[in-house]
Amino acid sequence: MDVWLGAETGLLKGVSVSRKQAVNFSSAGATRLSREQEVRALCWAAPGEAEVLVGQADGIVRTFSTEKGAFASSRRCGEPADGCFSGLLALGPALATCTETGAVRVWKEGEDEAATEVQAGGHVSRMRQSPVEPQRVATGGKENPLKIWDLENPDKPVFSAKNLRDTYLDLRQPHWVRDMAFLPQSDKVVTCTGYHQVHVFDPSSPRRRPVLEAVFGECPLTALSLTADGLTVAVANTQGQMALLDLRKGLVRGVLKGATGSIRALQCHPALPLIASCGLDRFLRIHSLEDRKLQHKVYLKSRLNCLLFSSSDPNAEAPPLKVKEEEEEDEVWDAMEHVHEQGGVHEEEEEVQEEDQSVDKEEEEEVQEEDQSVDKEEEEEVQEEDQSDHGPNHGPYSSSRCIGHISIATA
Amino acid sequence: MDITEVPVSEKSKGKKKKTKKTKAKDMSAEGDIQDGDVDTKDGVKMESEPGASAFPPTFSVSEIKNKQRRHLMFMKFKQEKRKQKMTIRKKKKKERIALGDKAPPKEVPKTIENQRVYDETTVDPDDEEVKYDEETDEFAAYFNGLTNPKVLITTSDRPRGRTVRFCEQLATVVPNAHVYYRRGLALKRVIPQCIARNFTYLMVINEDRKVPNGLVLCHLPDGPTAHFKVSSVRLRKEIKRHGKDPTEHHPEVILNNFSTRLGHTIGRLFAALFPQDPQFVGRQVATFHNQRDFIFFRFHRYIFKNEKKVGIQELGPRFTLKLRSLQKGTFDSKFGEYEWVLKRHEMDSCRRKFQL
Repeated sequence: MDVWLGAETGLLKGVSVSRKQAVNFSSAGATRLSREQEVRALCWAAPGEAEVLVGQADGIVRTFSTEKGAFASSRRCGEPADGCFSGLLALGPALATCTETGAVRVWKEGEDEAATEVQAGGHVSRMRQSPVEPQRVATGGKENPLKIWDLENPDKPVFSAKNLRDTYLDLRQPHWVRDMAFLPQSDKVVTCTGYHQVHVFDPSSPRRRPVLEAVFGECPLTALSLTADGLTVAVANTQGQMALLDLRKGLVRGVLKGATGSIRALQCHPALPLIASCGLDRFLRIHSLEDRKLQHKVYLKSRLNCLLFSSSDPNAEAPPLKVKEEEEEDEVWDAMEHVHEQGGVHEEEEEVQEEDQSVDKEEEEEVQEEDQSVDKEEEEEVQEEDQSDHGPNHGPYSSSRCIGHISIATA
Repeated sequence: MDITEVPVSEKSKGKKKKTKKTKAKDMSAEGDIQDGDVDTKDGVKMESEPGASAFPPTFSVSEIKNKQRRHLMFMKFKQEKRKQKMTIRKKKKKERIALGDKAPPKEVPKTIENQRVYDETTVDPDDEEVKYDEETDEFAAYFNGLTNPKVLITTSDRPRGRTVRFCEQLATVVPNAHVYYRRGLALKRVIPQCIARNFTYLMVINEDRKVPNGLVLCHLPDGPTAHFKVSSVRLRKEIKRHGKDPTEHHPEVILNNFSTRLGHTIGRLFAALFPQDPQFVGRQVATFHNQRDFIFFRFHRYIFKNEKKVGIQELGPRFTLKLRSLQKGTFDSKFGEYEWVLKRHEMDSCRRKFQL
């Protein structure tokens, strides 16, 4: 699967762009969709991209195994009254969550109570992890400036940003940090605000105000993602405009067109020049960063809250399913012609049945966990490891095809 | 010199054909002789003089600089085309009559609605996920019968007469509607008060240059806000042969052609304006007809004369809406999240692609 998305109706959707399929997964046991299980945060459980942590609106964090295609475990990390998750991180075996009311908690494995708790202000829109040091996290929210915390010493933030200077009329500038990202090579942090500004902060300098300020559009910026080289940043706003900004001077390099609704999550591919976006208009869009053209557009029926880009190459054709089809054909032929091979045929049939069952389970399971995927995305792009490609390269790939429907994986 | 002059006079000959027939005849005589030397196109044109329908010159009418001559040539060209079309039609009609029953079915003419680009968000009635999404959206309370619609109609500040009359007529059409003067109040302050008084809808008619031109329809508890462009408003007395004023009965609602997911949301938005129990005694019906992304609102009274014939009488105001944006929460144009925004340059480029 190339992209994992969390929807408002509680589904975890896996989209394979190369196979042009979208599959729904929901939590074990629940066959119906449920808005209480709205997916609010997604992140990889470990750098190997084998498991996905799904944070739901009712405070439960579930683990989903990508290989098995099923939900493995779940744990309760907070009450729904605390607010929805605005950040979800994996710290080795433990995990850290952040709610919208500002409580950052670290949960050790197996325990029901939080090991560490940090109050990060009144309102936190987003929490992100530094790719270089997993213990450093950044938080920011409405009237809550950017703060960088070290989870091992949670008393005081390592860096706390200062608001911009007062305007020329001596009025206080409002600020609302919506999303942030750590720049890969250095200490710096990029944030985007609800007042359509993009700021770059440098904790190593004595200056607590932004080092660089850029403006885009007139609407609040909702999502942010750094490209692999760290020089360009992609931002998106509530009207569906996505832009690439250059971080050296703060100018708009270009605009990505196509989205019609507010974009909730944005992520650049860790290795390839691709960027995936999803939002309230129920579409997943993949643009190419070089020519800013839309490459793929997938209609996914529910409003999407967060996404995770896997490191596999979406342009590579994925053949494993074709192999299964061939096996099925062989079974049909065997069943028809040779009666004495029934033993073998039965075995193959059983395998097929198991596959079908697992596929059915996938379809019945509908995860309703919506987490703000932007956090996850940024962590992912940081964890650039050699991930196994999910399929060898196959022939020319037809781009800009729309994947319309949800289909059975073995079809 | 004849050869050099011929091309120029060829074209001029064509245009002056109507005025100087003698000269044309001379030229045609010459043209026959010089058939081999002259370009085939001119030769063909010569032959077309006597009335044959071969008129495919490789020249284009736009190359002629003189406006009158160009106009005449163009008229000729059009006449030729019409003649050809008539002959083809007559031939086809003869063939149809000759074949009788075995004639191939009539070809359906291409219309923009026929050629509409298939929209992948078209709602499939069997789709579970979309069904669940719709059942639990912001209108769930209304469609489950838990709330009754209560509409507050207001305008932008300082409305002129036409807008005020429009609001009053709208209030007669929508049951349980109340009209209030705006008096410079901020909508963000009005909305919490409306919620406290159990209103379910807030309708704001925007006015520009003494004419209503916009409509903001906000579903109240936390529902989506739709912003429409209003055009073609006809008040009751401007409608020809209109009926008497609408009564207090709840009308029936007809929603036509809302096929995509966005269309479904807007359709539900309109449906939730009216109470769920239409009073058939009143014989009134409100229609929202969507065609090519324009929503036409009509309000009629009907009467069945017999089982097959029905008479309708238009009452009430008539207007056209075009959706400009759909925002997720209540009215907040600055910080709200938009579910759909009309982007003209991207969406209006293809004539056959529609969003609703």
